[in-house]
Amino acid sequence: MIELLTSILILTGALFTFIGALGLVRLKDFYCRLHGPTKATTLGVGSLLLASSLWFSTRGTGLSLHELLVTLFLFITAPVSAHLLAKAALHLRLKSLAPAPESETSGT
Amino acid sequence: MLSIAIPIAFALVGTAFTLTLWRLLIGPSVPDRILALDTLAVNAIALLVLFGIAQDSAVYFEAAILIALMGFVGTVALCKYLLRGDIIE
Amino acid sequence: MIRRLLPHPILTPTLTAIWLLLVNSLEPGQVLLGLFLGLTIPLFSLRFWPERVLVRRPLTLLGFGALMLHDIVAANLRVAWLILRGPARLRPGFVQVPLDLQSELAISLLANAICLTPGTVSAHLTQDRRTLLVHALDLADPAALIATIKTRYEAPLRQVFDPC
Repeated sequence: MIELLTSILILTGALFTFIGALGLVRLKDFYCRLHGPTKATTLGVGSLLLASSLWFSTRGTGLSLHELLVTLFLFITAPVSAHLLAKAALHLRLKSLAPAPESETSGT
Repeated sequence: MLSIAIPIAFALVGTAFTLTLWRLLIGPSVPDRILALDTLAVNAIALLVLFGIAQDSAVYFEAAILIALMGFVGTVALCKYLLRGDIIE
Repeated sequence: MIRRLLPHPILTPTLTAIWLLLVNSLEPGQVLLGLFLGLTIPLFSLRFWPERVLVRRPLTLLGFGALMLHDIVAANLRVAWLILRGPARLRPGFVQVPLDLQSELAISLLANAICLTPGTVSAHLTQDRRTLLVHALDLADPAALIATIKTRYEAPLRQVFDPC
């Protein structure tokens, strides 16, 4: 039962990681590419870490919760780096499929 | 069950790694490459966690934490450099 | 006195919990060491946290956390579907969201929430902290997106963190 649940979590996680990388290669402009890794890959790795936590917690050596720390860290840092990358891209005035608003993006 | 799931997951994450490397090579802009590097760090964490489950050992965990920290700090430093032309103010 | 020794009442238990997770054990020694770190680190990093954070409605914050978890999963399924469907049918676009939030922590939490949830990434905050520029992967109706962000994410954060 635990093994089945772990396997499902592992497969879901790997699939989401793969979809994130696929988005990174497939989409046409930088701002769209940003979405794949920040969302899909983060959830994918979160799911893998959950599987690891579940697996090691049921091995008889007590709870294994430090995976949660990495998950939490990833979920806090992924949006921060996405925000900074988008800001840097706006600063460099990268080409975008959507019309970028021109107001004070070069400031700060 | 797990012995089937783990190789499939390794294949998927490995393909993801290769695709990200491809984006790192073709660019075309600097933020694209930074994004690819950041994604590589996250993919490396995924591979390490999978390897840990496959080997049934928890010693790879510290490495995963370190990669997570370093990946984030590196991304932030590179973005700061692009935004200001300087890292330490 | 208690205010000087304990400048951030939320930071101390958080740091202790992080230490216990990091060492992955609940031994009394580790708990003591965690408490020590949780008490001293805020004292030494006081300069970086000038604003005293107060949570006014912890239950609303918990509800917001649950909402975030649900929305993260939903948004991920949606983004995965959009990526698999191919770039030809995407309608990317920028939206400017006017902000009503005051506190810095609330604004950064809102920006993080937007990045993690409905197919959007926050891109730029204007100098006066009044407008947040948001990029959406598949933008059907800008007004509806702004309304969703304001009612679903900004309203609870405002109740929790902003002095009225």
